Order: sequence, then C-alpha cells, then structure tokens
Amino acid sequence: MAEARNVTRRPAHRNSALKVYFGTPGNTVVTLVCVAILAFAAKAAISWLLINAVFSGTPEDCKAGAGACWPYLAAKLRYMLFGIYPFDEQWRPFMATILFVVAMAISGIPRLWGRPLVVAWAALLPVLFLLMSGGTLGLAHVPTSQWGGLPLSFMLTFVGLICALPLGILLALARLSNLPAIRVLAITFIELVRGVPLISVLFMASVMLPLFMPDGMTFDKLLRAQVAIILFAAAYIAEIVRAGLQALPRGQTEAAQALGLHFWQYTYLITVPQALKTVIPPLVSLFIGFFQDTTLVVIVGLLDFLNTVRTAMRDPNWQGIAVLEGYLFAAVVYFVFSAIMGAYSRYLEKRFRVGHD
Amino acid sequence: MFGKACRVAAAVMTLGASVVTAQAASTLETVKARGKLICGVSMGTTGFALADAQGKFAGFDVDVCRAIATAVFGDPNKVDFVMTNINTRFQALQSGEIDVLSRQTTLTFSRDASLGIDFGPAVFYDGQGLMVAKSLGVNSAKDLDGAAICTLPGTTTAQNLADFFRANGKKFELVVFENPDENNNAFFSGRCDAVSSDRSDLASIRAASKSPGDYVILPETISKEPLAPAVRQNDSNWRDIVSWSVWMLMAAEEKGVTQTNVDEQLKSEDPEIQRMLGVTDELGTMLGLDKAWGYNIIKHVGNYAEMFDRNLGEQTALGLSRGPNTLWNAGGLLYPPPFR
Repeated sequence: MAEARNVTRRPAHRNSALKVYFGTPGNTVVTLVCVAILAFAAKAAISWLLINAVFSGTPEDCKAGAGACWPYLAAKLRYMLFGIYPFDEQWRPFMATILFVVAMAISGIPRLWGRPLVVAWAALLPVLFLLMSGGTLGLAHVPTSQWGGLPLSFMLTFVGLICALPLGILLALARLSNLPAIRVLAITFIELVRGVPLISVLFMASVMLPLFMPDGMTFDKLLRAQVAIILFAAAYIAEIVRAGLQALPRGQTEAAQALGLHFWQYTYLITVPQALKTVIPPLVSLFIGFFQDTTLVVIVGLLDFLNTVRTAMRDPNWQGIAVLEGYLFAAVVYFVFSAIMGAYSRYLEKRFRVGHD
Repeated sequence: MFGKACRVAAAVMTLGASVVTAQAASTLETVKARGKLICGVSMGTTGFALADAQGKFAGFDVDVCRAIATAVFGDPNKVDFVMTNINTRFQALQSGEIDVLSRQTTLTFSRDASLGIDFGPAVFYDGQGLMVAKSLGVNSAKDLDGAAICTLPGTTTAQNLADFFRANGKKFELVVFENPDENNNAFFSGRCDAVSSDRSDLASIRAASKSPGDYVILPETISKEPLAPAVRQNDSNWRDIVSWSVWMLMAAEEKGVTQTNVDEQLKSEDPEIQRMLGVTDELGTMLGLDKAWGYNIIKHVGNYAEMFDRNLGEQTALGLSRGPNTLWNAGGLLYPPPFR
C-alpha cells in the first residue's frame, strides 16, 4: 500500500507536469484548446449564475433579466423541500429531517456501533413518525398523503435501507445455507425480485395489492411503497453480502467451528462482520443508487424531492421563467448527499484496512 | 433480537392496517365519521390542481372537491387532497383510498362500464386539439399534411390523431415523449411542427412558453373529452351528492347567484333560488345533507362562472375562453337539471 503511493508520487515533479501538458506541439494544442473551452464554460456559467442573475424581485424582473432567477428558489424553497405538508406545520418535517441526519451522522462513528445504537434507533424512528404524523401531544394530524419533498426521499431511502440490510444479510445466509428448503426459498425470492424493475415492484405494491385485499381494506400508500423498496433493496443487498461471504477463506469458519462456536455465534462474530467489511464499496454504491431511485415513487402518486422541484416549476407565476434553477438546486442537493455517502465509504474502507495489510 | 424485530414489524403492519376504512357503511357516513372528505386530484396541472408556494392546492378540479366538502360539512377546508397519477387514479378510488376522483378524467363508456366506478356530470368539456407556431402559417389542422406531431403517450391521443388524419386523407408523423417537459421543449425547439393534447392542456403549454403570442391553437377539435368527477359504483346517494353539488354551481350561475350576492339572494322571490339556498323546502335533507348546503357551496366556493374565471379564465395564465363550457341558454353545453 505504502509503496504504491510512493510510485505514483514520484513523477509529480514540476518540470514533468509541464512536460505532460506542453511537452510536444500536439500536447500544447490539446492543452490550450481544453483551457479555452474550460474558460469559455466558466465564463458563461459565472455570468449566468452571478453577474446577469436576478437576486431579488418578482417574476417580471426575472423575465427581463438574462441570468439565473434566484428569487424563484427563495419563493419556492419550502414547497420544494416539504411539498404539500401544511405550511404552518413545516417545522415538524424540518425538525424530523435534522434529527434524522444528526442521528445518521452519529451512527456513522464505528466506535458507537453496538446494541445501544440499535435500541436508540428503535426508539428514534417512532418519535420521528409521531413528529411527522401527529395526532397526539397537541400536534395536528397530518396524513401520509401530505408528506413530500426531502423528508420523504430520506425516509424512503434510509429507513428502507436500514430495514433492508438485516433482511438482505439473512437472505444471503439463507442462500448459502445447507438446508435445501431455505436455500430454494431465498434463491426464488432474490431472483424474482431482481428479475423485475423497481417500477413494477412499486406498481404491484400500489396498484395490484389493494385489489387483492378484502373490500374496503387499504394499507397506507406510503407504507406500501416503503415495503416495496425494502423488499427490493434486500434482494440486491443479499447478493452483495453473499459475494462478501464467499470471499472469506474457509479457514475462518473452520477455525470458529473448531473453537466450538455454533452457527449464529460465528456468523454474528466472525463471518458477517468480515464479509461486510469487504463489500463496503458496492454496498455504498447501491445505497447511493437507491437514494436516487426513490424518485420513481412518483408513478404511485408520491411526491419525493425531485418531483416537488418539478411540480414547483408549473406555478403559473413562474412558468417558463425558471426551469434550470430548480433542476440545479435538486442536482446540488443530490450531489451533496451522494458525495457525503461516497466520502464516508472511503473513510470506512481506510479505517478497516488499518491493522490488516 | 430477531424476535423483537418481528414484533416491531407486526406493530407497524397493524398501524398501517388500522387506516382501514369501513366500506360497509355508505360513503357519506364514512366521510362524516372521518370529518373530512378525501379527494383525489392530479399531481400538478396548471389551472386544474396545483399546490402553491405554501403547499396549498388550488384549481378548478380542487374547487369541485371543495364544493362537495362544503355540501357535506359547510366548510371548504374539510378536505384532504391525495395526489393521484394516470396509472393509480382509478385504483385509488376503487380501493377506498379516496372518496371522489376529481382529476381531469374523461367520461367514457368503457371506464363507466368496466372499472367499478360511476361518473358525475361533466364539469369541463374539453377536446383534443393541435397547436402550431404562428410562423408556420397554418390556419387549419387539415393543412398539416406530413407534419411531425408531438404527443404524450396516451391511450387515445395517438388514436384520435390517426383517425382524424386518415379521415382527411393526410399523413403525419407521430413523435411520442414520456415526459411532459420533454414533449413541450421538443415542440418549442422546432423538433415537431405541431403538438397535440386536450385544448386546456395546450393552453397551459402555451402559457409556459417564453412568448405565448407566437403560438396558435388550431380551430379543429378532433375528439370529445367531457371531464367529470368519478365515485365508486353502487352508492347512488354519494353519486347524487357529487352530481347535485356540481349542478348547484351551474344553476347558481344560471340564476345569477354569486359569492358576493348570495346573502341578498336569500331574500329572493324566485322559488327555485329559494329551494336551492334552502330558504323553502329542504332539498338538502333528502340527500342526507344540511338544508343550507347550496347556500354554503355558493358562499364558500362561488358559482361555476366564478370558479372558471378564477382558475382557467381570460385573466389567468391559461387564458381559456368559456367555449362550450357556457350555459345552455347562451349556446353552451352546461344544462343543470331543475332544483325542484
């Protein structure tokens, strides 16, 4: 590891850098052209984002201006973030999101991992649900059909993945099991779910399922979408975790068995922790992918963050004036959270490598 | 550990299932017991149903919901809106998730006959049309021989175009987009010569352009699209409430009863106005409603003309003219049955 780093560092000499960019006439031309394109793009971006932009005023001011229309974002920000959640109650999804993000950040510290953390999450989730839903403690009841925006995206993604992870690990273990019945069940579930797109799983849960239920019995629409996402994610997580389990040297299990540990003991203490460590990068890729895929819930009539941004553009006062601004805002938000997840995954990899190589 | 997880899961399931609505009771009883109407609307269509910056819904379809809620509760705010899309709208109604669907839905034979739903009266007579750039110099859809036409994928949109062009012995090229924004951009950027959709929708596409004056909606209407609210089948009391709430809006316009003069109209000598507003007779109680239901609707929502002008009319971004959505005695299609 350390050696590899030195090898890449050695040519990072000032002269050789110059040589790379301007060494031959061909390189010089390519460099100059690239710099010119970059400068042109940067100039256009800066003039649109800042110089020609309208920073305050009405839709008419924006129509007259040639740059970005920032008052649009200001006017629509709360709708984009919280959707049709009652305006006066929007401090609740705000608080819930903050609490959730803080809790996620704290849970990210490896030293705190353990049973207390699981208990804390089991306690926190109902609190968040109560905060959003209300109906007690003087909080007005807000039905889940009015939830939307960023809290909804977070909930569908992270509650989905938190629930799917244990389910996925169990499925992976089941698929590697020596008991044929369990193995076949796990394979059937995983292949069935992986064999269809997320859209159709959501659609089944939202459109078909209620038709099979007894007359007049309906599950909450949001709950249906959430369960669909959990089942879907679990199948993919199972395959990733299985890869990690199969990468473990047999000796690990055999040694554990020789020490007299029974199946659940060595699974919980030895195999699964090591397998998870190996599969951090694909697992995080999957998480990032799911964070972005949750936007598909729009087909079952739920407004996640990207779609509150989209519907915000249809406001007749702002129609045709601000389009790029909204998408840009959405892109920045998605990028920030995806980048944080990516950085965290690199941190974990580094941390777990320590003492290994 | 896993036992605990199972118990938590079971608790969550019961929580979800407790949102069950008892459909054995009539829809009116269910709505009254709940204290709120649940109305299915679109996820965001200018003029028909759109949430403002504060997340509050407004629009023509939304006002139909508010009129029904006012008929039941005397309060236009006792309604929760559930967003439905084209795929989930009928299922949401069938499964009892919503009490009424007010979402630019065309009343057709097969929907009425096979989907387990019933329709109220048409609240808006729409029809598929075509829009072109003025610079194209076309005055009639019949001049569009060989044109590229943008549409959204729909069960009937493309079919109607094919029928129309075949009937006129002309050819056209269909360009289908899954996403409305892409569809509109393709039209504005000149990828297509024309764009086709319901006329109200064309008006909203035009309103979204940088220079609405550059586009013209051609005079031909190539399909009939009566947009009507829908309810679950076999609850005729509930269907009556929805139908007569809509007709109340139209009758009020016919009788000149408006949001502003409704209090004076309580003293009106016209026997029909007296019956509508619950001054004499008690029409409302026959439907299981308050006798002042009609008064409440007009007081809180206004009559049909006010609703139209507020959401779709010339003063709004859509700028629609009344067209066929005029009263029968002014040459339109709105013909509320008598209140007697």
